[in-house]
Amino acid sequence: MRQRARSAWLFLAPMLIVLAAVAGWPLLRTIYFGFTDASLTDLEAGRWVGFANYFSVLHMPSGRIIYDGLLADPVWWRAVWNTVRFAVISVTCETILGMIVALVLNAEFPGRGVVRAAILIPWAIPTIVSAKMWQWMLNDQFGIINDALLRLGLISTKIAWTASADTAMFAVLIVDIWKTTPFMALLILAALQMLPQEIYEVTRLDGVSPWKVFWKVTLPLIRPALMVAVIFRGLDALRIFDLIYVLTPNNVRTKSMSVFARENLFEFDKFAYGSAASTLLFVILVLLTMLVLRFGRVKLDRSY
Amino acid sequence: MWIVKRTAFYLLVAVIVLVAVFPFYYAIITSLKSGSALFEVDYWPKMISFSNYRSVFTEGSFLRNLLNSLFVSSAVVVISLFLGVTAAYALARIRFRGRSALLFIILSVSMFPQVAVLAGLFELIRTLGLYNSLFALIFSYMIFTLPFTVWVLTAFVRDLPIELEEAAILDGATPWIIITRVFLPLMWPALAATGLLAFIGAWNEFLFALTFTSNNEQRTVPVVIALLSGSSQFEIPWGNIMAASVIVTVPLVILVLIFQRKIIAGLTAGGVKG
Repeated sequence: MRQRARSAWLFLAPMLIVLAAVAGWPLLRTIYFGFTDASLTDLEAGRWVGFANYFSVLHMPSGRIIYDGLLADPVWWRAVWNTVRFAVISVTCETILGMIVALVLNAEFPGRGVVRAAILIPWAIPTIVSAKMWQWMLNDQFGIINDALLRLGLISTKIAWTASADTAMFAVLIVDIWKTTPFMALLILAALQMLPQEIYEVTRLDGVSPWKVFWKVTLPLIRPALMVAVIFRGLDALRIFDLIYVLTPNNVRTKSMSVFARENLFEFDKFAYGSAASTLLFVILVLLTMLVLRFGRVKLDRSY
Repeated sequence: MWIVKRTAFYLLVAVIVLVAVFPFYYAIITSLKSGSALFEVDYWPKMISFSNYRSVFTEGSFLRNLLNSLFVSSAVVVISLFLGVTAAYALARIRFRGRSALLFIILSVSMFPQVAVLAGLFELIRTLGLYNSLFALIFSYMIFTLPFTVWVLTAFVRDLPIELEEAAILDGATPWIIITRVFLPLMWPALAATGLLAFIGAWNEFLFALTFTSNNEQRTVPVVIALLSGSSQFEIPWGNIMAASVIVTVPLVILVLIFQRKIIAGLTAGGVKG
């Protein structure tokens, strides 16, 4: 047995080394860079500056006091708010719509396979491609969405969906919900198909309304699987980058934490500041996950 | 009443299919237009011209970028499956101290925000001299394919009958022989599912590809599509963008439609991410 345990570590070693090199070490270095003044052109020249990237108070000779750093940066807090709001709205909509699609696919009807294949298409399309496709459909001058809405009389003038400040976040949400609802639907469908059929036969005999069956039987039974799906989707939504970067570039109303961090790292030559933002994003995600796991009473060791 | 219910149900089905498929359909009909027809809204294909496809391949280095994507994604699949199979065997079949802690760490890495490691990875990749090469991408993509692969394969190996392994041990087989001769032949369904998901993940990745490559020759297709632009912001080459989008998406859609059962099984077994 001792020998088996030793061979276990031997088999695990390559995987663990790769994970440490690609995740562990870079994470530590990112945290370290956040406490220095390193710049993109010379990473090694960075000196330790403590928490200055996070918060610092400058006393000007004139007597003015200036608060500096991430925690005093309105753009950063705007990005945090954008991201959290995006995550909450998109995951809520995806869960509800995913549930509807899953219930439809759980019913037996001719052509079910075709529908299931069709909803896999948005999931399979690369995020960048779906961003571009929707950017074209949402184009203010030549877009089909404006054209359709005008024909239907739902709007009176063409809307610049992705460019205007009021609708940019709405556009991001639409594309994200379109792209990820299938994933949600498939996870919920898998949970639905595991449910014992006997329960439904009993409720049918008793003449319970389908609406009541859903709330009293189906939903409580799939709740554990649903919670896992919601957590994974939520974490995914909180790190959103691609879609926002491509669909609504340089828009403060949609800028997410990830976009903010990358922008500072590689575009504004504020490598240390960007590292601090990355670290803070990581901390926020860990805290949120722990909170949800604690209060959602979720068991992640589903398969163990 | 029954008729009304049935009609409403099929109406809902029709809406779901229409919403799911329409954007891709619209991208296809846009990509087949040329000239000023591009700027007229059509709901049905009115012309079929392949000029956009021709210009995608003649301007820039799109073929090269396609091959880059193909190379990176295939390498990522092979490496993560190899590392995943050996690790999954150890995690699923051998009892040792620290096993559940390890599983927890692997699961947490799969939920890592990629941006959190971006600065450190950039430094590491530059130090290793991999910057602006495809190997930088193959290496960095392990962060999302490896945890997922290990997780799904571990769940799969755990469910294989223990008697198989016991018989092999009685015959004096070493763990390596057990993996390659006993488990591997049984693991094809799980390997196909996780391999496909890893391929799709790598094929679609954007953040690392954007950050770790700097010239057009080394870029993968998503980055090229995102950066396709005309001489000014008012001349966005929509025809080319749509043609390129269709080219990168069609193989994926075909793969997904052929292997839909396997993919759904993989997605739900891992429950990790899409």
